[in-house]
Amino acid sequence: MSARVVQDAPISAENLVKRFGAFTAVDHISFRIARGEIVGFLGPNGAGKSTTIRMLCGLLRPTEGRATVAGFDILREPERVREHIGYMSQKFSLYGDLTVNENLRFFGGIYRVSRDVLPERMRFAVEMAGLSGRENELVSSLAGGWKQRLALGCSILHRPPILFLDEPTSGVDPESRRRFWDLIHAMSDDGVSVLVSTHYMDEAEYCNRIALIDRGRLVALDSPAVLKQRSLGGALLLIECDPIGIAIASLPKAPGVREVAAFGNALHVLVDDADAAIAALPSLLSGQGVKTERIERIAPTIEDIFVQLVGAVRPERA
Amino acid sequence: MKLVRIKAMAIKETLQVWRDPFSLLIALLMPLMQMLLLGYGLSLDIKHLPVCVYDREASQDSQALLKRFQASVYFNIVEGADNYRDIATSLDRGICVLAVVIPPDFTERLNDSGVSTVQAIVDATDTNTANIAMGYAQAVVGGFSTDAQISATDARGRPLQFIQPVDVESRVWFNETLESRDFIIPGVIALIMALVGAQLTSLTVSREWERGTMELLVSTPVSPMEVMFGKLAPYFLIGLLDAAFCLVFGVFWFDVPFRGTVSTLFVATSLFLVVILGIGYLISVKIKSQVGAAQIGLLVTLLPTALLSGYTFPIDQMPPPVQAITYLVFARYYVTALKALFLKGSGILDLAPQLLAMAAYAAVIAFLASRAFRKNLD
Repeated sequence: MSARVVQDAPISAENLVKRFGAFTAVDHISFRIARGEIVGFLGPNGAGKSTTIRMLCGLLRPTEGRATVAGFDILREPERVREHIGYMSQKFSLYGDLTVNENLRFFGGIYRVSRDVLPERMRFAVEMAGLSGRENELVSSLAGGWKQRLALGCSILHRPPILFLDEPTSGVDPESRRRFWDLIHAMSDDGVSVLVSTHYMDEAEYCNRIALIDRGRLVALDSPAVLKQRSLGGALLLIECDPIGIAIASLPKAPGVREVAAFGNALHVLVDDADAAIAALPSLLSGQGVKTERIERIAPTIEDIFVQLVGAVRPERA
Repeated sequence: MKLVRIKAMAIKETLQVWRDPFSLLIALLMPLMQMLLLGYGLSLDIKHLPVCVYDREASQDSQALLKRFQASVYFNIVEGADNYRDIATSLDRGICVLAVVIPPDFTERLNDSGVSTVQAIVDATDTNTANIAMGYAQAVVGGFSTDAQISATDARGRPLQFIQPVDVESRVWFNETLESRDFIIPGVIALIMALVGAQLTSLTVSREWERGTMELLVSTPVSPMEVMFGKLAPYFLIGLLDAAFCLVFGVFWFDVPFRGTVSTLFVATSLFLVVILGIGYLISVKIKSQVGAAQIGLLVTLLPTALLSGYTFPIDQMPPPVQAITYLVFARYYVTALKALFLKGSGILDLAPQLLAMAAYAAVIAFLASRAFRKNLD
């Protein structure tokens, strides 16, 4: 890869591999993230999202492969990398026994934010986190959403061009999550590249591009719209029926049905032809003693894509 | 290395110590407790030993001898027994350490032959005390016989021409009154430095691991050296403050003389602190749990300081192999320096060997500590 390309991409990873003993946590992952782009790492727990982010931050050394962040090689110049990134770890990692302002001042010092701008940036972080008037409270006394936003505030004190957010919204209420994403979008508008991992499928819709990760492998990387359009070679039906167990067992054998997945108390069924299936399936199900309450065509969500893609790659790896 | 990062680190660490009751207790209360406990509780002087007497004669002479025991500061007659069984019981129960038995023919033999004996039975479960008690008892009896000899010669009407045997006129230097507290207190300072320094620093890095703050710290551009200096600076100051407290408390409360200069004490204490804090930090980096780090910290700093530094147990009385080991115990040099500073008033040049040894130790430990902290989670 030429130097110019690296400069164009604030984050660039090539065949990153991380093994812990015999276990391969990250298996040849490659991608590039552009300036101001929000890329979401999506996948179940243990898929390798955190491990990839940690390698890019210089917290873990890759077993194989290489990556540059802000134009610096993560293996050769980890300190230069660290100067240009903000990182929010999965686990809350500010100092609980320090106050809001003391935490901000500490990270301001560690990131060498100049004394002229530090007070203003601290004020900005406090306002952003919605903690105005609570600057002198101990961080351990704050509720989850505030802690998360303060952690984000601390990680952007030095105005890094790149942000790594590892499940920043886990355990945070929906209202706080929405506010959090507003902040991320505001930063992306300012040209900050954001790599964010999540296991909330709905959050993926907020990203410019989505990287679907399963068992250490990058399954797909594209915008939500393209992913939905390209991945599903058919139509998606929502079926509400009772009892659901028999339906799950019998539907995959029905003609024209490609994929069945349970979503809460309903089924998402991927079929070749929507109209034909809507006409045929209720009678087929009632023959099995299953009563169909609702059947309709729906737009696929990222979760549908994920199920479909992961289902598709599994046999290949077996 | 950037000063602003070290400063941020040091302020953060100070705030954490200030808000942690356990650390605060160690930093501020531990020195006072140790001073009082060891200053009052630990005395190696043998005085007022409890003595049992069994006077089988009950004569003027026997009473005169016993009075000498009572008058001595080393003995305290606690019981008069009527038979050997009582003596055995008293020794068994620890009521007395020494029993003095005066035979029924004490005066008679003294007058007839000029030679008489008394029996002393000593509880030698503590051999050191037993030896010293026997020595003192012999001195008391010796004094009595000299006087008896003089009065006997007198009584026979001979002119008092007493040949003075060779006598050693001893003079004790540096600790004139042979107060054991005067040499214990300087040693206590080393003990307190080791205890406080190791306890506080052994927690400093493991705390970050346990609370999950390490992950974020490692992701910042702070360098391992900045982390080390920033983290240790507050503990270095606390250590110096504690040393100053010990000095003032020892001199003004326990009346221990301080004949050296504060600047030499400062140099010696600083070097010792660098070693102790460096070791505590090394342990803290390697052991990721606070409890484990604190325990190992005590094991490698406090224990050798208490046992092998010569603080209580004289090094030259140890078996040769153990003596050889004490050269590796860095606290040995500090304790030697402290005692010399307090009692002899030795200057910085007199203490050059000790200070150089500590400086060498400090250099090695600082080097190892600066390389110990790795900025990754692997």
